[in-house]
Amino acid sequence: MRPAYIAGAGNTAFGRHEGRGPLDLMAEAAGRALDDAGLERSRIDGVLCGYATTLPHLMLSTLFCERFSVQPAYAHSLQLGGATGGAMLMLARELVRAGRCSNVLIVAGENRLTGQARDSSIQTLAQVGDADFEVPNGASVPAYYALLASRYMFETGLTEVDLSELAVLMRSNAAKHPDAHLKEPITRESVLASKPIAAPLKLLDCCPISDGAMALVVSAEPGRSPRVALAGAGQAHRHQHLTAIADTTNYGARDAAARAFGESGLRLADIDYLAIYDSFTITLAILLEEIGFAPRGGSADRVRKGDFLPGGPLPLNTHGGLLSFGHCGVAGGMGHAVEAYRQLAGRAGDRQTGTRRRAFVHADGGVMSSHVSLILARED
Amino acid sequence: MPALAFAAPFLEGLERSELRYQRCVDCGAPQTLARYACRQCGATRLEWRTAEGLGTVYAATVVARAPSEEFRALAPYTLAIVELDEGPRLMGHAAPGVAIGDRVRAEFFAFAGHKLVRFRPDRA
Repeated sequence: MRPAYIAGAGNTAFGRHEGRGPLDLMAEAAGRALDDAGLERSRIDGVLCGYATTLPHLMLSTLFCERFSVQPAYAHSLQLGGATGGAMLMLARELVRAGRCSNVLIVAGENRLTGQARDSSIQTLAQVGDADFEVPNGASVPAYYALLASRYMFETGLTEVDLSELAVLMRSNAAKHPDAHLKEPITRESVLASKPIAAPLKLLDCCPISDGAMALVVSAEPGRSPRVALAGAGQAHRHQHLTAIADTTNYGARDAAARAFGESGLRLADIDYLAIYDSFTITLAILLEEIGFAPRGGSADRVRKGDFLPGGPLPLNTHGGLLSFGHCGVAGGMGHAVEAYRQLAGRAGDRQTGTRRRAFVHADGGVMSSHVSLILARED
Repeated sequence: MPALAFAAPFLEGLERSELRYQRCVDCGAPQTLARYACRQCGATRLEWRTAEGLGTVYAATVVARAPSEEFRALAPYTLAIVELDEGPRLMGHAAPGVAIGDRVRAEFFAFAGHKLVRFRPDRA
């Protein structure tokens, strides 16, 4: 099979985009990605898009294609919660590898912040819970993750102070990105003192709700040098609902990562950049630890040692992650991969962390339900 | 109306102040939530049984930011996942202060036209 490369990326700023809808935001990000890839619209023969809770259209991909004036040979949308972006990248790679498509545009965007009332957004998201057994209790996504956190912290000794370290790191990274939603500096103390949401999670342990869009182009053509190949991918889906989680040492992240590493022929030690989903601080801690980038219960120790700083051996989410760059749904989960691509391509501007060669990207959807791992490799 | 027609026995149980769970007729494994097949052996002959209502707290949180107006009246409220003595795990409300490892007993309360479970420390 032929290789697949990331040929370009584009994004809108994240934050408030009063008066703009999902298609407006998607078109801006997609236009930037095409410009970045140096591709005309006519060269796009595949389009994958996510979903928008503010625009629950039956055919979002072709609705977008018409408005954006592209006529691909292959198109559909895909839904896998926070893992949607990762799954679209994985599928785009397969479409290119199989020869079905040559240039696949992946795009998602949503006015999740300004397009609906906050309660409406929170209730829509809460429906990832079981409709008969969980949701009727007045549970929400933060409550699901708080329950998950309580058990994980009980088993591992991870503390609220530990979690605050991750929030502070994401905020200091976001401060260096012109398009990030939240840039005001925070400290461990301010995280710990922030408003309680669902114990042990406080406001600053939770990602914000944002407006924004992201797009990527996956191509059979390597594009400009250095090129960035999609070297491996893997998924795992072990449960949907929080109460059905059987094993707190393997939510599925480890399985997905093992599949991606196996396919790429690379090992954990080959990775020099991390792009890890961080809907909550606990999400980031669990994923880092389960995949093996920190010992169980030890992710904060690596933060304190400076290992995940932009200047450290394993920079983590240098755009600021969902926790501070922002979260507008599918596009929020694409932000990690977009930044990983830019770091490997040497196109991260002021945030460039030297030469980065191998990135590990991981996304989860639901309540650690759906996992997608990707390995990006720079080829000079 | 249950979201899942075959989860109706669970919701009917709640209305009668009973905790019902699914059990595989073939291998006897109890399971959490409602499924069309046994998670252990894949068999599709499943029955609903009624639990005693005793269990151990597996996870707990205090929800300060309620997701809707009706639940705002209750906030802050404690939610827990309890491992029932029969094996399945169940999410429910819980008495303030319950912690992981605590022995609890199920009680029931009416809320917004439905019954919900609330776990209280079991002093027996």
